[in-house]
Amino acid sequence: MLSSTIQIETKNLNVYFDKHYVLKDVNIKIPAKQLTAIIGPSGCGKTTLLKSFNRLLEIHDEVKISGNIFVDGQDIFDSKGDEIPDIRKKMGLISQKPYPLPMSIYENVAYGLKIHRKKTKKGELDAAIQHYLQEVGLWNEVKDRLHDPASRLSVGQQQRLCLARAIAVEPEVILCDEPTSALDPIAAQQIEKLLLKLKQNYTVVLVTHTLRQAKRLADYVIFLYFGMVIEQGPAEDVFNNPKNPATIAYIKGDIS
Amino acid sequence: MDVLNRRTVEEKIFKLFMIVSICIVIGSLVIIFGLVIINGASSISIEMITQTPTPGNALGGGILNAIIGSLLLALPATGLACIIGIGIALYLQKEFSHPGFANFIRFTLDVLWGIPSIVYGIFCLMIMIALGMGSSLLVGIFALTLLEIPIITRYMDEAIKMVPIGLKESAFSLGSTKFETAIRIVRRQAFPGILAGILLGLGRGIGDAASILFTAGFSNRIPTSLFDSTAALPTMIFNLYSLPSGQPKAYAAAFILLVVVLLISIISRVLSKRFMKHVIR
Amino acid sequence: MNKRKLRDLIGTKLMLIATLFVSLLFFLIFVLLLFRSGLVLQDNSLFDILFSSTWNPDNSQFGLAPIIIGTILVTGIALLIAIPISLLSAIYIAEYAPWKIRRILRPFIDVLAGVPSVVYGLCAFLFLVPLTKDVIAPWFGVQSTGLCIFTAAVILAVMVFPIIISLCIESFNAVPLALKEASLSVGATKWETVKKVVFRASTPSVIAAILLGFGRAFGETIAINMVIGGIPRIPSSVFSPGETLASLIASKYGELMSIPVHESALMLVALILFVVVLVFNILGVFILRRAKRRWTY
Repeated sequence: MLSSTIQIETKNLNVYFDKHYVLKDVNIKIPAKQLTAIIGPSGCGKTTLLKSFNRLLEIHDEVKISGNIFVDGQDIFDSKGDEIPDIRKKMGLISQKPYPLPMSIYENVAYGLKIHRKKTKKGELDAAIQHYLQEVGLWNEVKDRLHDPASRLSVGQQQRLCLARAIAVEPEVILCDEPTSALDPIAAQQIEKLLLKLKQNYTVVLVTHTLRQAKRLADYVIFLYFGMVIEQGPAEDVFNNPKNPATIAYIKGDIS
Repeated sequence: MDVLNRRTVEEKIFKLFMIVSICIVIGSLVIIFGLVIINGASSISIEMITQTPTPGNALGGGILNAIIGSLLLALPATGLACIIGIGIALYLQKEFSHPGFANFIRFTLDVLWGIPSIVYGIFCLMIMIALGMGSSLLVGIFALTLLEIPIITRYMDEAIKMVPIGLKESAFSLGSTKFETAIRIVRRQAFPGILAGILLGLGRGIGDAASILFTAGFSNRIPTSLFDSTAALPTMIFNLYSLPSGQPKAYAAAFILLVVVLLISIISRVLSKRFMKHVIR
Repeated sequence: MNKRKLRDLIGTKLMLIATLFVSLLFFLIFVLLLFRSGLVLQDNSLFDILFSSTWNPDNSQFGLAPIIIGTILVTGIALLIAIPISLLSAIYIAEYAPWKIRRILRPFIDVLAGVPSVVYGLCAFLFLVPLTKDVIAPWFGVQSTGLCIFTAAVILAVMVFPIIISLCIESFNAVPLALKEASLSVGATKWETVKKVVFRASTPSVIAAILLGFGRAFGETIAINMVIGGIPRIPSSVFSPGETLASLIASKYGELMSIPVHESALMLVALILFVVVLVFNILGVFILRRAKRRWTY
């Protein structure tokens, strides 16, 4: 059914927040080096699913998880406490609202390189930072003020900075949680273009609540509804020949 | 119409009460500042702040011993309390502590905050006697540290609680460990609040007399080792206020304390503005 | 990589140690005070100590009743003065004051909260004591030296003002604007909005502020010690001298520490201070929890 290799796979994944049953028996496969969109009405568990991939859910209170998640064939729940950072390092996260770290633009990109002890020489570090900022098309806008606080950038620039920061740790997967919802249309378009470029080298998982964005970008689509996977498959199949009535209704715009 | 009238009359009466109250508050403060500034300015002089008391006459000379003593007590105490406090405050985050445990610690800190400083004083005194030590700079620092820990920690804790979860998620998603996230990201984001806590602790420490009354003792000389007893500005005031001939020194000391409190308040405002620049909103 | 894990491990453990140190400190103070006050409790029952009215250590009489009465009087009067004045001031600053005045007053109040108690004590000694002696006490037809419970309570009230005011302003400001607008839009006056909406919505924080003010007043040592007269007798009026628990330790520790039983009596006083603070904190937690449940908006 899938032409490429599978990067992330979940088996019977169940997630409870306190007493809320958020994800119900989720079984999905996410192909490598493609853009997978997770769509569905708001509150259906898209973000929860996304954050379960890099075990970010566990920093919240009162969360119970059962089932398995395999990344590159390895169950991420097998790793113990101090190996979790390595799992997370494999996956960059872009959140709804950009969260630049409370430091300068330069340090934001350098942060991951420093904690993982890559590129420790000054010259190498400078070159790497230039490279990643160019990757996201931010270099020309910020090259003269690299040491300004990142909080002074516009929201769109901040989001691209977060993207640069994420790819600087050389992840395999980029998890995007509605990355354009806080941005103006032009900044959103820039991010979309970047995602299309990045999927050549990375597995991109995109949570989105705008159907049109999923149609524009996705190779593979997962439709979540009330915490259940209703339909998943290549984008053309899901969008053009949806099988489940709920999917049909959602794509037609009857439920949102 | 009648009803509305009664309602507006009630509002007017209470507004009057409010104005009277605020006048009482401001009035009492003006009196306090006025007394200290007027009397302090007239008794303060170069020799007052550059000389120790003349040997044999505790009322002669200046109050340099108390100024130095206060700095030697409050600065190291604040430093120690700050190191311990930041450790605790970061540890209370839910990545490290179970929320129940964290709330228990918060409760303990609140109780410790409420304990009168004189109790810290005699607690340290007991330990001091048990260890065969006398009243000294060291025990004074220890007492002030204990006094400052709950204040500084609770302030830091409140600041750290405000750090958005998304920011922590960003740090984790880059592969940071819990400790790296706490030390590098959370600490920086919460820095203005942390700083306010430290300065508040310093202000409390430099002004407290009850905890160092017995632990630091009193001396007319500047301490030369950690084991010397030492004067401090608050204990200087406490020892001299009732003697008419000692009052100039008491006023000078009060004036200096007031200036320090003002400075701390101004510094914390200026600094927190400066450090706000990195903070992500 | 290994170095990184080691550093994390050590750092986390150090943080844990600091945290445990604090809770240990809490128990250590309690246990040590309990242990050291044991001596005086061997010969005197706790009941006798708490309710007998003679404090005369030289005669082995350790009655704390006058001191407890003094403490209750001073703290009670101080709060009676401070609570209404602080609340009204806070309402004025938060809701009524013009923007410019508010901007000046807020930092002013914060500075006040930081003024050391010994400075309050000094000002009370040099201003309030003569005032009480020459003007206020005669006005009530009483003779007084000015070193009395009334003076102590007044200066204590002044010390408590900034604490209650600044916390209350904060909680009044935290009331959502939409809530105020909702009340105003049904035709309520500003005062009615304050009374029925703002005040109600911030009741838990106001209670917390008052409790904090109480804690400060109850434990205050130095300022009271400077103006209360330091005589452990049951006061005949608010203009007679008295003594409070905390102030007793400060004034008597130096002379009593050499005799074990006397020292032990003061340890008992410190233990009482500790226990009262603990009990009020526990009460505070429960009151706040109930208040939050009732007044949540």
